[in-house]
Amino acid sequence: MNELIPAFEWQQHVVAPWTTGLKSTLWIVLMGFFVATACGLLGNYLILRRMALVGDAISHSVLAGIGVAVVLALQLDTPTLFIAALLAGLAATLIIEIIHRYTRVKQDAAIGIAFTSLFALGVILISMKSGKVHIDTECVLYGEVALVPLEQFKLTLAPALAGAVDKLPMSEVYLRGNELVMAPDVIRMGFVALAVALLVWIFYKELLVSSFDPALAFSLGINATVVHYALMALLSVVVVSAFESVGAILVVAMLILPGATAHLLSARLPVILALTVLHAALGTLMGFHLATWLNCSIAGAFVVAGMGLFCLAWLLSPYDGLLAHWHRRRNRKARTAQRKLARTPRARETENLPKPLPVPPQLPALWARSSIG
Amino acid sequence: MTRWCSACAPDSLFNERPRDKRDRRNEPPPLEFHDLTVAYHKRPVLWGIDLEIPKGQLVGIIGPNGAGKSTLIKAAMGLLPLNSGWVKVFGEPIKKNLKRVGYVPQRESVDWDFPVSVMDVVLMGRYGHLGLMRRPKKHDRDIARDCLEKVKMLPYANRQISNLSGGQQQRVFLARALAQESDIYFMDEPFAGVDAATESAIVAILHELKERGKTLLVVHHDLPTAKEYFDSLLLLNMRVVAFGPTEEVFKYDLLQSTYGGRLTILSEVAEAVREKS
Repeated sequence: MNELIPAFEWQQHVVAPWTTGLKSTLWIVLMGFFVATACGLLGNYLILRRMALVGDAISHSVLAGIGVAVVLALQLDTPTLFIAALLAGLAATLIIEIIHRYTRVKQDAAIGIAFTSLFALGVILISMKSGKVHIDTECVLYGEVALVPLEQFKLTLAPALAGAVDKLPMSEVYLRGNELVMAPDVIRMGFVALAVALLVWIFYKELLVSSFDPALAFSLGINATVVHYALMALLSVVVVSAFESVGAILVVAMLILPGATAHLLSARLPVILALTVLHAALGTLMGFHLATWLNCSIAGAFVVAGMGLFCLAWLLSPYDGLLAHWHRRRNRKARTAQRKLARTPRARETENLPKPLPVPPQLPALWARSSIG
Repeated sequence: MTRWCSACAPDSLFNERPRDKRDRRNEPPPLEFHDLTVAYHKRPVLWGIDLEIPKGQLVGIIGPNGAGKSTLIKAAMGLLPLNSGWVKVFGEPIKKNLKRVGYVPQRESVDWDFPVSVMDVVLMGRYGHLGLMRRPKKHDRDIARDCLEKVKMLPYANRQISNLSGGQQQRVFLARALAQESDIYFMDEPFAGVDAATESAIVAILHELKERGKTLLVVHHDLPTAKEYFDSLLLLNMRVVAFGPTEEVFKYDLLQSTYGGRLTILSEVAEAVREKS
């Protein structure tokens, strides 16, 4: 047991990564946060539309895109793979839609057909050429976020600008003399996350109405079909950018976990979106330290930490949580017992009865399920 | 399948009405159907619908299950592909006049666990009046609050929508339609599964909207109340059996043509007719 789980040392597992190992820590944590934010924000809408597994389909179809790129003997550089994977993701959504619409197969079954067959196609294509190209299938499936800080690009800054950048916090990580040194993957994912956040903000109304009531959306002049495909395209971009770091399988967890946790904690969409970002930040940090402690896969630890937060939310949620349920049930029992007792002539043993617990303070209206009743 | 064919009325009553009465303000009629056919998987649901709905009418759409009542509304709103014919709203295709159309869907058509409050749902009715990136302003909130007040749901404005009874949910939908400030309203079974208080509240609002010159098309299921609630009726069973003022249309033979051989309903109707006349 002691060999499996190393002893937890605060200095080594929590402090050291942020002091001596800051250079890689910062990039890894930022990458995880960007991936979880971008995935989580979009995931919220997938959950609301009951299409949580479409993300699964898109992430698996990425392999088919890579396979096609390999067979066509295209250059296996990042932009080519990105576009190939993106097209495969869009193809997956189209296939799901076509099967769903033109046959009697239901949507969940259509997802099952589309993603397994595209995944299998990818496996076939890659195995056909496996002698000639090197593709790390494990990296595609499980991702390797630890490699993110190794790749770097340099940008020479004007001395004046470099001086200004030097004053920013943690500048020793990304500034070397006059050169700006960045991990390109992290920067790209950062842009993707920012783009997702902006789009969710700009099209908040459209996404809300078309998810809640597509017919109303139409009568308001919002084309729900266009919104659907735009969402799918954006999802493909996010999944494809993310799968390199967390892998095709863990992307699905990143899509659903933050949103699902936030849904337990609030019944207002703006609050849920904010909580999603909070979950992304906390889950990434906790996951990173978990991975440092257990010396395990970082991407896996991100998800396990996210799951831990989900369980915590389940336990502690103010209105849906297990504790809240327990509290309410106990209060109800106590009240019934007292009422029964009040009706009986002998009301001596009141002291021995369970007393109702104090009622928790009223939550703010934005947060609580109802402001009255 | 031939039931509707042999039974349908020779001419819909509407076509016999004088044309000039309709066009008082030289505006095209709110709603026109011409030779409308809609089919699901090659099985026609609506067949050759020719209709003109005049302005300021409260029209009840009645007919048996599967008669195409909801389909008619959805086709009018452009939610379904048409197999033939066209629909015009104020003389133009629906896409050009979307703002003039309000919609109350069937209550079951949305997910009531959705994380929005009553106020949020009503504000959705204002989205058609807001541009891209615009958030509802105080003006919109005031309108939404007025609409909630009208359906007596203002005290529930901050509630999450899953914590509402069926009747309250229906009122929220009605408030949302009111907030759309449209000229035509389509309502899909607003009376389904609501309590008596809500039912009378909805009827009062429908009549108020009619007084203000709005045109309303309401899918209705219950024959005995249809006669009280609506001043015109559209009897529908894949084709238009009859359309006209309630007292002209709510007749035994026309209802028989609409409902075909469904004897249980027929006897109910016969009773209702006998009671009234």
